[in-house]
Amino acid sequence: MSSVAILIETIDGVVPKSAGELATFAKRMGEVTAVMVGGDCSSQLTNYSIDSLVQVDGVDVSKFGVPAYVDAIAAVIAAKNCDVLLVTSGARGKEIAGRVAVRTNSGVITDAIDIDSEKIATQSIFGGSTTVHSQVTTPLAIFTMRSNSVEIVEGACATSVEKLSATPSTATLKAEVLALEPLVKGGRPELTEAAIVVSGGRGTNGDFSAVEAFADSLGAAVGASRAATDAGWYPHSHQVGQTGKTVSPSLYVACGISGAIQHRAGMQTSKMIVAINKDPEAPIFELADYGVVGDLFAVLPSATAAISARK
Amino acid sequence: MKIAVCVKQVPDSWAEKKMVNGSLDRAGVDAVLNDLDEYAVEEALKIIEAHSPTGEAGEGSGHSITLITMGPDRASEALRKGLSMGADSAIHISDSALAGADSLLTSHVLAEAIKSGNFDLVLCGTESTDARMSVVPAMIAERLGWAQLTFAGSVVVDPAATKVEISRVTEIGAEKMQAQFPAVISVVEKINEPRYPSFKGIMAAKKKSIEVKALADLGLSATPAWSNVKDATPRPARAAGLKVEDSGNGGSDLVNYLAEKRVI
Ligand SMILES: Cc1cc2nc3c(=O)[nH]c(=O)nc-3n(C[C@H](O)[C@H](O)[C@H](O)COP(=O)(O)OP(=O)(O)OC[C@H]3O[C@@H](n4cnc5c(N)ncnc54)[C@H](O)[C@@H]3O)c2cc1C
Repeated sequence: MSSVAILIETIDGVVPKSAGELATFAKRMGEVTAVMVGGDCSSQLTNYSIDSLVQVDGVDVSKFGVPAYVDAIAAVIAAKNCDVLLVTSGARGKEIAGRVAVRTNSGVITDAIDIDSEKIATQSIFGGSTTVHSQVTTPLAIFTMRSNSVEIVEGACATSVEKLSATPSTATLKAEVLALEPLVKGGRPELTEAAIVVSGGRGTNGDFSAVEAFADSLGAAVGASRAATDAGWYPHSHQVGQTGKTVSPSLYVACGISGAIQHRAGMQTSKMIVAINKDPEAPIFELADYGVVGDLFAVLPSATAAISARK
Repeated sequence: MKIAVCVKQVPDSWAEKKMVNGSLDRAGVDAVLNDLDEYAVEEALKIIEAHSPTGEAGEGSGHSITLITMGPDRASEALRKGLSMGADSAIHISDSALAGADSLLTSHVLAEAIKSGNFDLVLCGTESTDARMSVVPAMIAERLGWAQLTFAGSVVVDPAATKVEISRVTEIGAEKMQAQFPAVISVVEKINEPRYPSFKGIMAAKKKSIEVKALADLGLSATPAWSNVKDATPRPARAAGLKVEDSGNGGSDLVNYLAEKRVI
């Protein structure tokens, strides 16, 4: 049986859903230790299968970021003798995992969509065209898990919180955050966590109201193509694709998006893909389970009305 | 200032990719300079131009840009591209023992090459369009014990104070970060518009030196891999599904379809 550390990253003190997904994957392999850095957020973890809770202080992650997380995790791994580390596959999570791998001379597999009890990870690469199974061969195995890849299995969470003090390494103190302006969060679900994502592209011509209304009728997150974020129509934090976020919701609706390879890279593993585009030759239709050839400004409002009618 | 830019040759984004013996088959596809690395080369040029007495990069600037790549012989084509944009020289680490190298080995080799160069700054793209891991810049920073400034959307360098400040947008918000030299910086693709090599640049690049090094020249030997691929299966291409023309009820038909498939 393994001893699995999972990193609980918070945004503005809030634990994302992906923490429950990490606990779900971790429980398959053995004992689960949740690592909290900064504050104690255990009150948000009560539904997850976690055998021990460790809160690390002594490092300032808000000021020193990624390397400070690495200092904290390295301390927990040493104290708890962990042989697996799971981190959520965001930009920050991947860097943390990569640096822990270097520091501990361990193997790391990124962006896994599944992992079994034998620590064999599944990845979906080349824009979803190839499925790969791989494993780490070092005593500590590190994985970053793509969010939204597993149904959370709830369980019992430890009730006591163990405290551990870590010391920042000298390199950690070399780059510091001078200022942080938190992202203004709307009322919609987080892009990488949402079960449904509705995205708009150049075809919206800057008017996202129809996309947003349809998204809201479904309780969906709103995404955008790079053409839309470059034009300033939607914030970059909503960009889906190679240089934006990778999403794999159960439903992805692409509205006025042509389906460029860089966009596909971020959404191709969605379970169901719907495209609305007025060009019948648009490449997005090649991967759509359901395509509507039409004007998004006509199709979306009627779809939104149909959803409301069903409620 | 001495700036190093790590670049990589990758299969063309549009090329069909497949796995052979657990790693990407690179022989059968067109290769290009990783387009995200072009932004790093461009940013290095901009930094030098801003602090050059002539306003230009190159010999008269008093600063230098060295490209560093690890890859097979033909990766020199990617280096020529960067040199023709205006970088001064290049280091090419080429060794048959490096075939199929993962991020840990890549960062190890690049860090060793960087160590021998006395650089102030190392610039990278945010990821390679083939491996898509986005971890090599952070790993290089960890190996060197240098400041890590990744995903920069703007970079301001103060050579006199040996200081660099970046701004970036991450999952948590818009951040400003600062560090002393030496630092590892990765830049996002929104930071600039990479220049096209001029005719003059292309001609000049032919005369610039590319220093080829084997692993042994860096005092390294091949290490066993930290992980391995058990199997790789191409997934059948996503079959295109239904395609319907909207003639007034495209929206409600769509909703009926979604309800039928139980996704809503
Ligand atoms: C290094 C690099 C990184 C990149 N990273 C990303 C990335 O992360 N994400 C990303 O998305 N792109 C990325 N791109 C850009 C990508 O190549 C495409 O340019 C971009 O995805 C196009 O966006 P689009 O589909 O919205 O626009 P277009 O390609 O212009 O397509 C617009 C579509 O809207 C349709 N349309 C127009 N009007 C209507 C209407 N009224 N109703 C219905 N349909 C309509 C048109 O038929 C067309 O198909 C990257 C490019 C590079 C070079």
